[in-house]
Amino acid sequence: MSCRTAAPQNFFTQDGTKTSVLRLFRNRFLTGLCIALSLLTLVPLFSIIMLVVKNGFPLVSVALFTQLPPPPGLEEGGFANAIVGTFIMVGIAIVLAVPLGILGAIYINEYAPTSRLSAAVRFVAKLLTGIPSIICGVFAFAAVVMTMGCFSAFAGGVALSILILPTILLTAEQALMGVPYAYREASFGLGATPFQTIFRIVLPDALPAIMTGVMLSVARAAGETAPVLFTALFSANWIQSLTEPTASLSVLIYNFAALPFDYHVKMAWSASLVLVALVTLTNILAQIFFAPKHR
Amino acid sequence: MGGKSITTEPKGSLTREYRPRPDLFRAACWLASTLTVALLVFILGEILYKAWPAIHQFGFGFLSGIQWSPNRGVFGVLPVLIGTAASSLLALLFALPLGLSIAIFLSENFLPQPIRQLIRFVVEMLAAIPSVVYGLWGIFVVVPLVQQYGAVIAEKFGFIAIFSGPAYGNSLLTASLVLALMVLPTITAISRNSLVAVPPTLREGSYALGATRWETILGVILPTAAPGIVASTILAFGRAMGETMAVAMLIGNSQRLSWSLLAPSNTLSALLANQFAEAEGIQVSALMYAAVVLVIMSLCVNVTGEAVLRRTQRSVVGLK
Repeated sequence: MSCRTAAPQNFFTQDGTKTSVLRLFRNRFLTGLCIALSLLTLVPLFSIIMLVVKNGFPLVSVALFTQLPPPPGLEEGGFANAIVGTFIMVGIAIVLAVPLGILGAIYINEYAPTSRLSAAVRFVAKLLTGIPSIICGVFAFAAVVMTMGCFSAFAGGVALSILILPTILLTAEQALMGVPYAYREASFGLGATPFQTIFRIVLPDALPAIMTGVMLSVARAAGETAPVLFTALFSANWIQSLTEPTASLSVLIYNFAALPFDYHVKMAWSASLVLVALVTLTNILAQIFFAPKHR
Repeated sequence: MGGKSITTEPKGSLTREYRPRPDLFRAACWLASTLTVALLVFILGEILYKAWPAIHQFGFGFLSGIQWSPNRGVFGVLPVLIGTAASSLLALLFALPLGLSIAIFLSENFLPQPIRQLIRFVVEMLAAIPSVVYGLWGIFVVVPLVQQYGAVIAEKFGFIAIFSGPAYGNSLLTASLVLALMVLPTITAISRNSLVAVPPTLREGSYALGATRWETILGVILPTAAPGIVASTILAFGRAMGETMAVAMLIGNSQRLSWSLLAPSNTLSALLANQFAEAEGIQVSALMYAAVVLVIMSLCVNVTGEAVLRRTQRSVVGLK
């Protein structure tokens, strides 16, 4: 590599003695500016965390997690039905997306890493991660709500499954890539079939990383509002079946945030606290448990 | 990439005849892969199919129409398209300087490693907070701020078109400020990766020529990492365009064209979020049409961003 490409000629001043003070000053100034701007991002985050805790925590009680939302004006009750609804819809999403994502990842990394189908799967997964989350909702509305004729928990679950599928697939692929190739060679050398190798050698080694990916995407799905906003809608009652409008924590925040009732707004903050705590915990757990092993 | 295929079957066995059985698990994996690809086609097809009546009825006039009134069956999304572009670009304007300086901060050794780790964690947390929580926070923090200072700005600088007219709390500016926070992690993460990928020899060479740290950063490292930074900006633009909830809660949802940043506006995704649940008949179809427009726009932006990113990775590898 020649020096000419590395350092533009005009950039360094020719006579260092005269301008060195200026150069050093500019260096210090830019360093300070950079640090200041970086620390500036701490402000909004702390503001969010502080407000969520300050406004959300006073309401935390047993009743909050066991009772139904109050009618407008009343100052008691909780969002138990929304918690149940969120769990059910995330559960449906897991059931639909996790097997599909992991099997797909096994195919594109273990069985046919260079095939045209695998290239297509990677490309599609990348595209799906880039699709706005509300499009998942629009699709579920078109495919499930309009077909079945009712807003339902099932439609919400379908929308969420599309949201988490690409993340699960891509993180599972990364996890499988992290397993050293020598493990597979050793397994084949001992006479194992591809199936035995994948199930006894590759998957056990990649499992923690795969689970981390699943956990992170599930935590994200729990907080997503756009896909369930007009597929599961909202309900003030307990969920009776999968084919009726269902409450969720995220839609509760959206609906209650704009209400003129103090107690409902506080409930929105409490629901935010629950979601933020969930996401933070998962992220911290992932940081602790997922230390890349072989790199 | 994961390396070689492991599908090569042994051709024969010494002790007994080898009969390859059909690998059902492989078939299941193949099916899952095919379904994933089919899913994208299905999503696009389904939305397009449901949008067809509106596409047929309104044609391209949908994109240039400035009226959106479901009661009269008139649908045009030009103000919404402008709102989408304006809010995303404005968000980038705010987020790019911040994101870039964090990326530089994280890739240099200004402060000890633990502090950098903390900042990195904070930025990752920003990405993890649900959109709707940003919206709630925006309603109670950013909206009052914009209302208060917006009124002052509108009074003093009202002669400039972008500050003209009365100032609202729920405005384009409010949504852009919160959007900027939300796309910050995208810019930071990708820019940082491309800064870290710059070969250390370039930095050493620059230092050896007597350059200061910032002369090195601005003259050598940033230009080398520039394609990655451009890619991060494009991808962040894509994210900003698709963000729904926070924008729907903050932008004011008005389909009226206005020059002012302090006036309410609307974006495609916020329009979908607000109207889908109560839509009927041709309005559903028109909303599906809007969704088609949003999908096409975000796919174009994302594919461009990914392509730039891929080229960057290749070119940096070439430098080593």
